[in-house]
Amino acid sequence: MSTTQFLFAGFGGQGILFSGKFLAYKGLTEDKQVSWLPSYGPEMRGGTASCSVIISDTPVGSPIVSNPDVLVAMNLPSLDRYEDAVVPGGTIYVDSTLIERKVRRTDVTVHYIPATRLANDNNMDTLANMIMVGKLLSEMNEFNEEGINAALSKVISARHADMLEFNLKALKIGSEN
Amino acid sequence: MADKVLMKGNEAIAEAAIIAGCRHYFGYPITPQTEVAAYMAKRMPKIGGCFLQAESEIAAINMVYGVASTGHRVMTSSSSPGISLKGEGLSYLAGADLPALVVNVQRGGPGLGGIQPSQSDYFQATKGAAHGDFHMLVLAPSSVQEMADLTVKGFELADKYRMTSMILADGTMGQMMEPVSLDYKIAPPPEKPWATTGTKLEREHNIVNSLFLVPEKLEEENFKRYEKYKYIEDNETMYEEYMMDDAEICLVAFGIAARVAKNAISEARKAGIKAGLIRPITLWPFPKAVIKAASQKVKAIISVELSMGQMIEDVCLASEGRVPVTLCNRAGGMIPSPKQVLQAIIDANNGGVK
Repeated sequence: MSTTQFLFAGFGGQGILFSGKFLAYKGLTEDKQVSWLPSYGPEMRGGTASCSVIISDTPVGSPIVSNPDVLVAMNLPSLDRYEDAVVPGGTIYVDSTLIERKVRRTDVTVHYIPATRLANDNNMDTLANMIMVGKLLSEMNEFNEEGINAALSKVISARHADMLEFNLKALKIGSEN
Repeated sequence: MADKVLMKGNEAIAEAAIIAGCRHYFGYPITPQTEVAAYMAKRMPKIGGCFLQAESEIAAINMVYGVASTGHRVMTSSSSPGISLKGEGLSYLAGADLPALVVNVQRGGPGLGGIQPSQSDYFQATKGAAHGDFHMLVLAPSSVQEMADLTVKGFELADKYRMTSMILADGTMGQMMEPVSLDYKIAPPPEKPWATTGTKLEREHNIVNSLFLVPEKLEEENFKRYEKYKYIEDNETMYEEYMMDDAEICLVAFGIAARVAKNAISEARKAGIKAGLIRPITLWPFPKAVIKAASQKVKAIISVELSMGQMIEDVCLASEGRVPVTLCNRAGGMIPSPKQVLQAIIDANNGGVK
């Protein structure tokens, strides 16, 4: 029996909500209980965007993640705001292209990924989010292509099927970094 | 069973309504329920239905009155301030005994308030939606699956009793995504011999009306309606009991508050306190009997709410003063944390002494 609470945070346009949705769908295709809750309202437009994802073997209680096991921070305000909320022993993934400072906590595991630079280098400017998720999946031993493909086909509409390969590539870049 | 898909609560309501045979939606956008209207705008034209963005909430509810009069399944949705605007129409629907579905994805108030989740329209929904003696069937979903299930149920109950069903949700329920299965067998709606469908010169006119100037006649209408309400109270009350078998502390909560309460109950049980939950699924009719029964065996009751304490009045009435009833709440768009609810459980277990 396990429950993992994720918090994705960054600014609007980084695909924060999308990466959360992908992870939730991956959980769903693997018969887990999942929930996804976005921040909503004016803060989505240009300010900080965040979303709570819970993946569990048992029914999800409150969908609100106040103290994440895993924080994915994609800009400095997000790290500033949520660093202290992470549970002791938790994990923080930092986009080190956009966040220059180091994590101050010493009781958490930290992974620094230059996701935005890697995305630019690979001509996939909008997929830094998926590079972060690729790293996260590989660290959590959840990087299985079958589940990934199943989830990607759910979150990417048939109209944008050409994006599927790009997303898969971004996830791989993340996992190998 | 159909494949489970991830859907937002608001989208689940919209799709379930369509599955239930609703082909008429009237509304006006307001956060945090706008996805209902957006979904309807996309889907209705493709299935021969009608989506109409009205010029105001008042217009929308009166369009609902019009379609309901013809016997078709019809709905509108809004959030707190918009529901207040619909009040007059809700009273007219009740006075004319028309079936309709109204969705309130609540946000913090009063006034224009905020856009974050709230449950502070409890009084409005269950007791005083507008002028006159009337009730609506009030359904309180606590998951995205229930957003869909209770939408279908809401249409069925509305038709069965010729009443308005209200889905009383909140911003969290509307915005969150969870797996949903929309695998319903929809029974054909009942015959509606009262509907204004055109006489074809074969029958007398049907008249849909809420004006009764003769007080004896109006009183009779009220008496009849309240006999129906009594029957509904006896037959349609829905609730969930969670870990109540051996509970000494009973939480009462609906919607998102019930989910937070479940987290707190798990923690309390780890700490050796036997807590349980009664989750009303119908807020009207309110599950009085099960709360009364609980009050005969537990030490204390806690009402967990996203309001300044509204449902607690019904909890107190149902428990008839047998045990202390306390309030654990946040308001204005804030949500109680499991920690806060756990503390309320610990306090109640200590006899209210902090």
